[in-house]
Amino acid sequence: MERIDPMKYLPGMEVLENSDIEEQVVRAMEEYDYNRYTADEVRRALAADYLTPEDFGALLSPAAEPFLEAMARRARAETRKHFGNSVLLFTPLYISNYCENHCVYCGFNRANKIRRAKLSEDGIRAEMEAIAKTGMEEVLILTGESRTMSGVEYIGRACEIARTYFKNVGIEVYPMNTDEYAYLHQRGADYVTVFQETYDRGGYERLHLAGHKRVFPYRLNAQERALRGGMRGVAFAALLGLCDFRKDAFAVGTHARAIQRRYPHAEISFSCPRLRPIINNDKINPKDVHERQLLQVMCAYRIFMPFAGLTISTRERVLFRDNVIGMCATKISAGVSTGIGSHTEEDTAGTGDSQFEISDGRSLEEVIAAIKSRGLQPVLNDYVYL
Amino acid sequence: MVIINGEPKDAAGKTVMELLASMKLLPERTAVIVEGEILPKSGYDRILADGETVEIIGFVGGG
Amino acid sequence: MADALVIAGHEFSSRFILGSGKFDLDLIRAAVEHAKAQIVTLALRRVNSFSGNILEHIPEGVTLLPNTSGARNAEEALKIARLAREAGCGGLIKIEVIRDSKYLLPDNYQTAKACEMLAKDGFIPLPYMYPDLYAARDMANAGAAAIMPLAAPIGSNQGLAAKQFIRILIEEIDLPIIVDAGIGKPSQACEAMEMGAAAVMANTAIATAGNIVEMAKAFRHAIIAGRTAYLAGTGRVLDRGSASSPLTGFIQD
Repeated sequence: MERIDPMKYLPGMEVLENSDIEEQVVRAMEEYDYNRYTADEVRRALAADYLTPEDFGALLSPAAEPFLEAMARRARAETRKHFGNSVLLFTPLYISNYCENHCVYCGFNRANKIRRAKLSEDGIRAEMEAIAKTGMEEVLILTGESRTMSGVEYIGRACEIARTYFKNVGIEVYPMNTDEYAYLHQRGADYVTVFQETYDRGGYERLHLAGHKRVFPYRLNAQERALRGGMRGVAFAALLGLCDFRKDAFAVGTHARAIQRRYPHAEISFSCPRLRPIINNDKINPKDVHERQLLQVMCAYRIFMPFAGLTISTRERVLFRDNVIGMCATKISAGVSTGIGSHTEEDTAGTGDSQFEISDGRSLEEVIAAIKSRGLQPVLNDYVYL
Repeated sequence: MVIINGEPKDAAGKTVMELLASMKLLPERTAVIVEGEILPKSGYDRILADGETVEIIGFVGGG
Repeated sequence: MADALVIAGHEFSSRFILGSGKFDLDLIRAAVEHAKAQIVTLALRRVNSFSGNILEHIPEGVTLLPNTSGARNAEEALKIARLAREAGCGGLIKIEVIRDSKYLLPDNYQTAKACEMLAKDGFIPLPYMYPDLYAARDMANAGAAAIMPLAAPIGSNQGLAAKQFIRILIEEIDLPIIVDAGIGKPSQACEAMEMGAAAVMANTAIATAGNIVEMAKAFRHAIIAGRTAYLAGTGRVLDRGSASSPLTGFIQD
């Protein structure tokens, strides 16, 4: 099969003018050599009032592993300073799992024989109603990446419906052009999450065999287009463990910082997914990203950009999730079910299969109780639309 | 009479260059405003006419 | 050049910018030499045959940085900058727009406007400003080559009264931050450099010192000390001592 050039934009993909963010990120990542840091540099980074990218690099290095406890303490102090006791809650809602991409690590990939489904408008309404009934005020709308099966208008309709049930609506869908982001913003979405998966161009090419997602720079510039389209906030992530996780985490931080400096009004947040077992492919396992490394990355993000949001993944186990809120994470999902239609179907698997296995299926009520038991304050919504 | 830096001076008929020389000012380190407009160096052979206003600007100490 | 101060491509080994106001002309040369300053600011005024030529008192090779003092709005700043150019200065201009005769605080709005106008006219603007993040961003976007926040009201010798706000500019603005105005003592200049200022500008503190030459020297050493400390990375004692119950005890695998 002929593969498309991952560095070349496909027809219809907007090329951002006047942006050097991709270049900055890729260069910083290429130059990042995590093996050259020493314990002294880690100590200095931990003591600095404001961290430089160099300090961030030190905190992500193997030299920082013995300092994980000190990092956790500094991270907790920063989280308390910037977010107080509050922990935000949201529920992700998968409305379609059709996908045109072939990402070798993903359960939704087009070569996988899974049950495909897409919610109708009524289906979306029913799911959202079920979620809203639990008391949830923020929803994150997710789709597989198919412009054909879940077009921009379809997503826009979902956003409109969402705004009748929720106070805050985020989207985690395929990357799109500035005008499309503006359209979805107008329909009620106000923050955009795009996982770059990996910032390593070579690795990216090997892992993304086909589909529009194969185009590396178009994905990397999604956050910038979203902000130019008027979105309030953007989230960044690498799927840790796909490639060299330390370099990827450094690139995520560099990317977020570059965007924050260029778009100072933007709300910035991080997600920290790592590889989990996926259906029809049990062989992929996190190789080098154990909980210890994951926590190191999360604390490094927090200390480097103390004002940024940080969402703890549903893929992590309950005890891990409960311990990182208030320490480095500021946002946690609840009432999660990653199948399509699974919030209303009798069979909790829904009619379409999930992208990955989740480790925390607790309801909103249960998560709220867990947050409170740690002396923290659950917050269902912290933003008022004007 | 030509109004130079706010004071009437008997300079009508002189060129700007001559005026600066009489004031012991270096033309390359001085700026001249005639009738409200900055005069380019190429215009320093301009002959000042009676009633014109001229400002002679140079560097002084400042922070 | 190792650790050069770079302003719009111009390199300087000294991070001490000396103002030339309030000096007896005879003392300026000694002050510049002992300060080892490579940039000296000047003002523009009406001159006459008795003014004396300050330029004769400034050593060769020193970069002259004319300011726009006297300007009350952006248009006047542009006019003064053009006069400076006509009088033989390079493109570097310190923008100073002041509309308050009591406190002499710079007007950020007019200063940002002036940055834009001067940059369009081919100048390299270095705006003297009140340390406000938004204004600094506007000035940077308008073409400023460095930002010159005041530490305290000009001539007040109060030191780093605006420290926390200057620190924010140092963190957020990708241009040299030159602390200007209000620095009264070498220790204050050192503190500014220690926190990452690119340079310090001083005038009154030296011009009004008991011994001008010795104070110029003291400032030079203080600025070098602060810069060196910044580059060395100040070591601090971790005040986050280890607690009996670790935060990371929950980790598995």
